Amino acid sequence: MNEYISSKKRERIDKIFKFSIYIITFTILIPLFLIFGFIITNGIKNISIEFLIKNPVPVGETGGGILNALIGTFILIILSSVLAIPFGITAGIYLSENSNKKYAQYISTFVDVFQGIPSIVLGIIAYVWIVLPVKKFSALSGAVALSIMMLPTIIKATEETLKMIPYSLKEAAYSLGVPYHRTILKVILPAAFSGILSGTLVSIGRISGETAPLLFTAFGSNLLEWNIFKPMNSLPLLIFNYAKSPYPEWHELAWSASLVLITIVFLFNLLASIGEKKWKIKF
Amino acid sequence: MEDQILTIRNLNAYFGDFHAVKNVNMTVYKNTITAIMGPSGCGKTTLIRCINRLHELTEGAYTTGEIYLKNNNILSMNPIIIRRQIGMVFQKPNPFPTMSIYDNVIAGYKINGIKMDKTEMDTIVENALKKAALWDEVKDKLKQKGAFLSGGQQQRLCIARAIAMKPEIILLDEPTSALDPKSTLKIEELLEELKKDITILIVTHNIAQAARISDYTAFMYLGELIEYDKSDKMFTNPSNPKTNEYLKGCFG
Repeated sequence: MNEYISSKKRERIDKIFKFSIYIITFTILIPLFLIFGFIITNGIKNISIEFLIKNPVPVGETGGGILNALIGTFILIILSSVLAIPFGITAGIYLSENSNKKYAQYISTFVDVFQGIPSIVLGIIAYVWIVLPVKKFSALSGAVALSIMMLPTIIKATEETLKMIPYSLKEAAYSLGVPYHRTILKVILPAAFSGILSGTLVSIGRISGETAPLLFTAFGSNLLEWNIFKPMNSLPLLIFNYAKSPYPEWHELAWSASLVLITIVFLFNLLASIGEKKWKIKF
Repeated sequence: MEDQILTIRNLNAYFGDFHAVKNVNMTVYKNTITAIMGPSGCGKTTLIRCINRLHELTEGAYTTGEIYLKNNNILSMNPIIIRRQIGMVFQKPNPFPTMSIYDNVIAGYKINGIKMDKTEMDTIVENALKKAALWDEVKDKLKQKGAFLSGGQQQRLCIARAIAMKPEIILLDEPTSALDPKSTLKIEELLEELKKDITILIVTHNIAQAARISDYTAFMYLGELIEYDKSDKMFTNPSNPKTNEYLKGCFG
């Protein structure tokens, strides 16, 4: 009888516990949905094809779009990816291949710390290293700041994925007389493809919304700019400049641009998870 | 007497301070199956990993002595060259997960960047899979990933991958210990067939398996080669009392 009662009690506690988990999760999701809802309701009214394919117009004129910022964002993404991906993957390989060595462990910790450096600091560094010496704001200097931001995520994703690959796979290649470099390039990296890809896409998603590193580097521009050695606009910069302006119509454009930006970030994250599932290899 | 293909002289293998293989001397004969048996940790796996120079890849591991493949000392040759002449199959099947069955078989050429035309590759793949008794099961799905095969099929795929390189010797490290009895039998049968072309060294802790398939058997204990003889003699009338005890199941 006693046992029966205690089991009843246990079931009740289990139910309360499960219920609390649901409630707490939903509670913390509420602000998130509110933010999305707010951006969508405020942003959607100006969204049109015109908004995406036209350049900004001066204050007072109606219409105008975000084409220059959209193009600028993609150029910055491509440029910083080109700078960050090769170095990030190489460093990740180094860290996983030497994971039992002291200095690699130090570097690995250092990379973790690096992830926490405020993005504005990276912007200032790019400003000091690149903008000041050439005395010119440029998309390239912005891309350098963003690529430094991407590095830790790519390095960590590569390192962690490679560490998951069993040694037996390497032995299989060695036993066929495959030299070390070919083993890494042709066997180990392809097996880690999904993890590296998703890490890279997540890092792209992360930098595409960054404003701070671009303030003193890419600077922003009202013109459509293709030259990477000149100041260039980007979505976060446009949002920043419009939002702090005193004009209500610009505020509305800032909301719409935010919606576009969030959609882009969402797409990169979606791609990351699709890619990870598609090419995932189980060992 | 058969031709000698592999001669091991005063071989010692170490992991740092640990002396794993102690002064082993043995001769392996061409086109035979030689089984190396012994209890866990006796150094049998380390011994064969010295033969294709995988042992030295472990940090702190090194070897002394000589191993002659015909007349060349393996331990002073380029390990890359050696490993293309001496294939290996591991305890756990390890096909390349990103590659198709076809690419797995031809992997030794492809990853090494050895160029050849399609028909030549097709022939190598077909022959290797036939020798590995896998052709009939996979000939219609050569483009599928090797990881979808069963454990036994994966292991035969690994054997096909090893023999596709046309090695002189293949080393098998407990190749059936992760497999069910039926797959085990299939692999044992194919090894009998394979020894016509290739010399086989197999590490096993399954005494019955050693007795079933091998022409020669080596018994190792605590890093030493206790006895090495024709299997017929070894399993009926071993000369060393330690071997006798092991065969009777007194330890191991």
